[in-house]
Amino acid sequence: MREPRHGLRLLAIWFVLALVADLLIWFAWYPHLPPGDMSESAKHQQFDIAVLAVMAAPVVIAVLLYFGYAIVVWRAKPDDDGDGEPIYGNTKVQLIWIAGTSLIVLSLAVFGTVELIGPAGAGAGEGPSPVWKLAGTQTASWTPGGNDMLQVQVIGQQWDWTYRYPQFGGMESSTLYLPLDTPVTFHVTSLDVIHSFWAYQLGVKADANPQVDNVAYTTAKQLGGFTVRCNELCGIWHGAMYNYGKVVSQTDFQTWAAGVQDKEQADGLIADLPAYALTYDPTVLSELTSSNNINKVDGITGAAGYYYPPSDPVTP
Amino acid sequence: MSVPARAAALLVAVAMVIGLGVFVALYYIGSASSLATVHYSASNGVVNVVLQEDPQNDSSSKPDWVSYYVQDPGTKQWVHTTLFSIPANAKVNVTIYGYDGCTPLRNNFFSQVQGTIGGTVNLSQFDQKGKEYVTNNTTSVINSWSDCNVGHTFAIPAMGIFVPVATPNANLSANNLCSSSPCGTSGNPYALETFSFMAPNHGGVFRWQCFVPCGGGYIDGNGGPMQTFGYMMGEMDVVSS
Repeated sequence: MREPRHGLRLLAIWFVLALVADLLIWFAWYPHLPPGDMSESAKHQQFDIAVLAVMAAPVVIAVLLYFGYAIVVWRAKPDDDGDGEPIYGNTKVQLIWIAGTSLIVLSLAVFGTVELIGPAGAGAGEGPSPVWKLAGTQTASWTPGGNDMLQVQVIGQQWDWTYRYPQFGGMESSTLYLPLDTPVTFHVTSLDVIHSFWAYQLGVKADANPQVDNVAYTTAKQLGGFTVRCNELCGIWHGAMYNYGKVVSQTDFQTWAAGVQDKEQADGLIADLPAYALTYDPTVLSELTSSNNINKVDGITGAAGYYYPPSDPVTP
Repeated sequence: MSVPARAAALLVAVAMVIGLGVFVALYYIGSASSLATVHYSASNGVVNVVLQEDPQNDSSSKPDWVSYYVQDPGTKQWVHTTLFSIPANAKVNVTIYGYDGCTPLRNNFFSQVQGTIGGTVNLSQFDQKGKEYVTNNTTSVINSWSDCNVGHTFAIPAMGIFVPVATPNANLSANNLCSSSPCGTSGNPYALETFSFMAPNHGGVFRWQCFVPCGGGYIDGNGGPMQTFGYMMGEMDVVSS
């Protein structure tokens, strides 16, 4: 019996399967891929994942198809004890494989680099001196309607997030409110151990390191709520270190922020917070080292009016 | 080796691995200390939860760790636990006796009272002779960075509740803090703080913790009692009817 043309057959099956898979990925799966399209950076991440899936699916299908085809078609018959045909390599196949995979990997490397640069660092922390900045006007106070950049300091500590707004008197909040269609700069830091600020639906993720100002950008494009999680194992309650944010209209944001600022000023809280800085070490704040501001009473339990040091061999 | 023999050997090996895993899990679960849960019930939709925080505790293993205690509503005895339950949809009146000394917050934002009814607490402070030097002060901020006034916090982050727990006045109480737990009001300086919040209208377990780094001997004061049930962290079980 004439041996069928396995290569052609495999190629035909692969082409149909890969085409179906890619169409399903692009039209059925892509709109539902994480993290959604709530912000520019999230939208880019969703696009990136879809592109990677479209590129990867034909490769995965090719490998699995060849594997399955070989098992079904080329398996030895029960009474066949003969050796297979000796193979000494196939330069053409090797060249095609090396060239094809190199092309895919290099293309994706270029694509990934472009995507990283394009949407102002793709929502990732860029350190204290960001290279890829988001366009927006740096202002001392924020007003709706313009292109003012909103500054938000994200403060992590075991085990909660708080948010400070320097353009609103340095007020601080347990909830992250953001205005719609506004360029936002996050200054992410920590007061104790390493955390990671992950505003999931916004596609923003930046490590929160003590005494480091890690800058990340976003522009929210949809109204609604989102979740902020810690993405760095930071202690026993790491899994419970989350809270919520909300994207509201620019006027609603202005009303909310001014209201919080007024209340915290009236309560005297803003005066009790340290002067706004991109990072601060709570153990060496001038507010605490000044002898006028806090009583340090030796002999009293607790930390004698001060912090326990990073390592304390005296107490157990 | 025959196929049945190989299959049997495989099954035995799998059973041994599973058995070992179950043994290890049960061993660690079994060795974990079992903490009591104090159950509070509502009367006319109101629950009264009473806590105290002490400079030490009466355990044999970690007697020098700072610790919360929960008062049993029936016997009025103090129970060394941080687990308590309340009914859903009730108004919760909380009373906290603060016997420990002061430690500043890492983030003074938590000096602000948040999530309580009215956004305030009611604070009184007493010296060791029972003299009341702050009386029924209703306040929305207890500044942990001035006057050494805050020892710990009672916070339920998932409910947006953050309450700084006051200390006795540092100057008036130095070296005179309660030294035997559970502490009593007689002969000890203390702060008495009350506030209220509404329990969720559904059941669930809510973590509560201290935000003051009060774990002496651990990195930045954040370990030890800060991360151990029965000391400075606990759970509030909200029971739906």
